[in-house]
Amino acid sequence: MVKKEIISLENVSFGYSNKSFLENINLKIFEKDFIGIAGPNGGGKTTLIKLILGLLKPKSGKIVLFGKNPKKGRQKIGYLSQYDNVDLDFPATAMEIVLLGRIEKTLIKFFSKEDRKIAEKFLKKMGVWDLRERKLNELSGGEKQRVFIAKALATEPQALILDEPLSNVDVGAREELFELLKELNKSIAIIVVDHNIEILSKYSKEIVCVNKCVEKGAKYHAITRVCGKAKMVY
Amino acid sequence: MVLEALQYTFFQNALAAAFLVSIASGIIGTYIVVKRMSLVSGSIAHTVFGGLGLSYYLGTNPLLGATFFSLIAATFVTLIRKHARNRMDALLSALWSVGMATGLIFIFITEGYATDLFTFLFGNILLVNSSDLLLIFALDFVVVTATLVFYNVFMAITFDEESAEIRNVPVTLAYFILFSLIALTIVMVIKVVGIILMIALLTMPAATAHLFNKTIKSIMFWAFALTLIATVGGLFASFALDFPTGPIIILFAAAMYFGGMLVHCIRPTKQ
Repeated sequence: MVKKEIISLENVSFGYSNKSFLENINLKIFEKDFIGIAGPNGGGKTTLIKLILGLLKPKSGKIVLFGKNPKKGRQKIGYLSQYDNVDLDFPATAMEIVLLGRIEKTLIKFFSKEDRKIAEKFLKKMGVWDLRERKLNELSGGEKQRVFIAKALATEPQALILDEPLSNVDVGAREELFELLKELNKSIAIIVVDHNIEILSKYSKEIVCVNKCVEKGAKYHAITRVCGKAKMVY
Repeated sequence: MVLEALQYTFFQNALAAAFLVSIASGIIGTYIVVKRMSLVSGSIAHTVFGGLGLSYYLGTNPLLGATFFSLIAATFVTLIRKHARNRMDALLSALWSVGMATGLIFIFITEGYATDLFTFLFGNILLVNSSDLLLIFALDFVVVTATLVFYNVFMAITFDEESAEIRNVPVTLAYFILFSLIALTIVMVIKVVGIILMIALLTMPAATAHLFNKTIKSIMFWAFALTLIATVGGLFASFALDFPTGPIIILFAAAMYFGGMLVHCIRPTKQ
């Protein structure tokens, strides 16, 4: 069976005036892929994600999500922001946070029974149903990430993008989190950005290295070569 | 002896105003504290001073001019946030000062400015008349209804704006509505404690409630209750002591805040 292409970037470049951050990116991601995105700090990992999600506009090139432009296609993508983008002291319970995943498009949204059921389903799937009444800042780093992933899943996406999901998660809980992602990968595509090459190469089917340009390889070790102007050395 | 105050109409009006303002202030103060929007609120409040000056110059009800200017300020804040986020700090400060400058010019060219200048800056809840009460009631109605309607979307944008944007929630419009509600609430609070002290009444009760409550709804409720205690307590105390009301109200709110922080610090944490 031919796998369906869900995300495609063709000759995408991004930068401001004469400074370019990403050059000539070509990348295809298929349904049920498990892609690890690695690369040095400032290499453009998060920029790449933001381009895919339509939060940034490319200087040139074409981005297609589920056959649509990023602003339309992104509705089918669940997204876990970087820790810095989220207020971890936000006064809400785990349940309230996950329900926020049910909001889309409109300015007015009241949660239905159906919405609550979906939130319940994913809280259970992420193993944090018992913590649903806990306030966000009463949860450990790993528990918070599970709640946030449940929120992203509550959008019922076909792909899940996680930007550095391991920051603030205890070493012990990291593998557990990736085991959960592996489980989710049975039905949806997973795209994980992280520094932790070891865990990425263990779980992902492919690793994409981003350092101004993109290199895709079966496993990370295959990619240590000159890429663009900078040499990738780890 | 203090209770004899209740027989005066001005005092009854003041109590009604205290109650009504506490509702909007508790709700909106919660958003300001949770999303750390004090600077935004300060800028809107000081822009309102321009509106107060204008309506004073034109001889209309100051609250009308204030409402109009506050909404203009909310528009500016939304635009600044959208298009010049990196410069937000400087631009908000500019908005702040320009509002004040405009107000001062209007007041300067109007005769007999001195006493009213003082009322604008420090407010006086004892001067609330029945038409003010009507306007405050209308503003309260708008704030409460809008919060009920937009509650979940406000939560989404204040918690994680980027995710909301990816869900194609109209984030900028939602923020404009939130800033407008902040603006309308500021107009009410100014009547009670004035521009200079406004930010304290708006934020301290919510900050106190934030220490002990775990959800937005409960913070809102307790922020309302604490604002009511501060304003009503301040009213009676100022009547008994014959002190100006605004500063006493603020000192009440501050005492609760510092008391709350003290309790919060010495209380053993559950974790």
